[in-house]
Amino acid sequence: MLDKFPMQQILNEEGKVNPDAGIDKISIEQIKHFYYLMLRARLLDKKSVKLQRQGRIGTYVQYEGQEAAQVGSAAALEKGDWMFPTYRDHAATLTFGHSMRNLLLNWRGRIEGGLPPEGINIFPPAIPIASQLPHAAGAAWAEKKRGSDRVSLVYFGDGATSEGDFHEGLNFASVFQVPAVFFNQNNGFAISVPMEKQMNTKTIAQKGLGYDMECARVDGNDILAVYFAVKEAVERARKGEGPTLLEAVTWRYGAHTTADDPSKYRDQSESEKRRETTDPLLRLERYLKNEGEWEDAWTAALQEDINKEIETALEEMENYPEPDMSQLFDHVFDVPTWTIQEQIDEHLAVKGRKS
Amino acid sequence: MTTSVQMKKMTMIQGINDAMRTMLAEDENVLVMGQDVGVNGGVFRATEGLYEEFGKERIIDTPLAESGIIGTSIGLAVNGFKPIAEMQFFGFIYPAFNQIMTHATRIRQRSMGRYTAPIVIRAPYGAGVKAPEIHSDSVEALFTHMPGIKVVVPSNAYDAKGLLIESVNDPNPVLFLEPMRCYRSSRVEVPEEKYTIKLGKAAVRKEGEDISVFTWGAMTIETMKAVEQIEKEQNVSCEVIDLRTLYPMDKDTIAASVQKTGRALIVHEAPATGGVSGEVMSVINDTSFLYLRSPVERVCGFDIPVPVYSLENEYIPSPEKIKNAIQRSISF
Ligand SMILES: Cc1ncc(C[n+]2csc(CCOP(=O)(O)OP(=O)(O)O)c2C)c(N)n1
Ligand SMILES: [Mg+2]
Repeated sequence: MLDKFPMQQILNEEGKVNPDAGIDKISIEQIKHFYYLMLRARLLDKKSVKLQRQGRIGTYVQYEGQEAAQVGSAAALEKGDWMFPTYRDHAATLTFGHSMRNLLLNWRGRIEGGLPPEGINIFPPAIPIASQLPHAAGAAWAEKKRGSDRVSLVYFGDGATSEGDFHEGLNFASVFQVPAVFFNQNNGFAISVPMEKQMNTKTIAQKGLGYDMECARVDGNDILAVYFAVKEAVERARKGEGPTLLEAVTWRYGAHTTADDPSKYRDQSESEKRRETTDPLLRLERYLKNEGEWEDAWTAALQEDINKEIETALEEMENYPEPDMSQLFDHVFDVPTWTIQEQIDEHLAVKGRKS
Repeated sequence: MTTSVQMKKMTMIQGINDAMRTMLAEDENVLVMGQDVGVNGGVFRATEGLYEEFGKERIIDTPLAESGIIGTSIGLAVNGFKPIAEMQFFGFIYPAFNQIMTHATRIRQRSMGRYTAPIVIRAPYGAGVKAPEIHSDSVEALFTHMPGIKVVVPSNAYDAKGLLIESVNDPNPVLFLEPMRCYRSSRVEVPEEKYTIKLGKAAVRKEGEDISVFTWGAMTIETMKAVEQIEKEQNVSCEVIDLRTLYPMDKDTIAASVQKTGRALIVHEAPATGGVSGEVMSVINDTSFLYLRSPVERVCGFDIPVPVYSLENEYIPSPEKIKNAIQRSISF
């Protein structure tokens, strides 16, 4: 199946464009904007890892190395579309308009962390693996029933393809021909379990064939390949031509989470090698240099702006009011049942009201 | 017997590891399977070293699919193997619920005893370790309610080793819940050799005269704290009982204790409504109603999803609440 699903690429590792890839469809400004978005995601990720080490946030899930897959896919969405992320997809949610402060609050164990600004359709990150795929199919189904042209985009990893929910989500989407894009980030590992142990297939894209679904495999470290593949899938969905399964082949540089030690199960020198070769930011940098569009002053200014944005978000996170314990009980139901109301009263009698 | 038993100080996670190693060495049909249990040694290191010692045919990194793990465990078990299946966290057991509820627990009866599923399902559980959402669920009552499976919850290394070995030996399905807070909270002397602790037997952690406090898992920590404090502060003597097996429950120990003290309190982390505390109350009602000097009290989690970690300490029953409940009962 590898030959049926070659890894589509537009920009190679040297930053050279594949001549039949249609790069003229995209402007240099757009490419520079992609660079900015990926840099923003990367700097936030690096900062978050530091914050975890300093004890300012709890266990953190890093995505460094997966910026092209996440940013490129999110950039293909429009307002009103739906996004269903996992715990690792804050580069995607940030790109789609999530609040940086709230993303940080999420890692402080705050419920607000799952909420994007009003009017942006991002589900709270799915923790149970693959559980979000049927949701994406359902939300897309609703758009179809309503006759709109909005779509849903759902993220999941290589490990997620083993769960029943993966197959059920794809099948529903296929049976009801809903406008959903199933976007797989194949980073080669589900915690310690490599793809070869997770499945006997060489690609994830081919699993779409079982559902008679459009499917393709792209270089997930090439933001242009990702962007165009997702855009095509999104446009197909908007036109009512059904769902798509995309496999973006990528790599996480770091540990599964800050609580994980990758040296237990893999040679981390692979990550070091990839930083110099397949890295998504480096690739755009090489492209821009090849095109004579790279200026050190430009990136320096970007970095400075982004760092300021991160510092502001961080300050907001740290100055954010302590959680009120009423949050424990709020919104479990529309109005508390009597058992919960009794528990509230008893709890407050012991603890006293905070606000 | 006068043979001296070699003892070793262990954390609970080491006791669990030791139990699995013991059973793997003794019975070649024992398998360990789950997500990241092989090369990685488990996300809590429960299976550390087992892959190196017993190899990939017996310590199996499975695909990421709980229903698949339990479903294939059932097939392996009816066909002669004894799988110890790990759910990476108890909050991720739900995809396997169907397999446990409709097959693992029923195959013995459905086949009139011809097929059995002697599987052990291990799962880290409970709040209090600042884990991400869903990882901290305490839903033991879903399984004590489920006919056909035993439910065991150790709180220390000694119990964990003896109970896990007994669970593997048990010809029935056993759910073996491992409170994450207890994994490394204490080190106790554990025999290096094989020993077992009967399922269905509670442990009296501390004898007392005025009230019986029933609890299990991580709540033994909070309960012992509360009891130490209140006994210092006032003239009251508390008996603390760690149930250890939630199904079948140790009716005799519960009855004997309540008949001695005349008062009872149950402490658990899971939501109150439908919680196992109701079953303890029922045992007390059936065996010891006329011995009671005050209504049975309980301190439990709220009827809400376990909160994200910034609020989990508000959720977990505190020593203060436990003391208040003891006080209410004593001064009724
Ligand atoms: C149903 C369920 N089972 C187990 C877990 C524990 N877990 C968290 S992440 C993970 C691996 C996921 O791998 P993959 O789908 O490849 O995504 P990645 O983490 O690589 O982004 C596991 C097993 C979980 N969150 N949900
Ligand atoms: Mg993965």
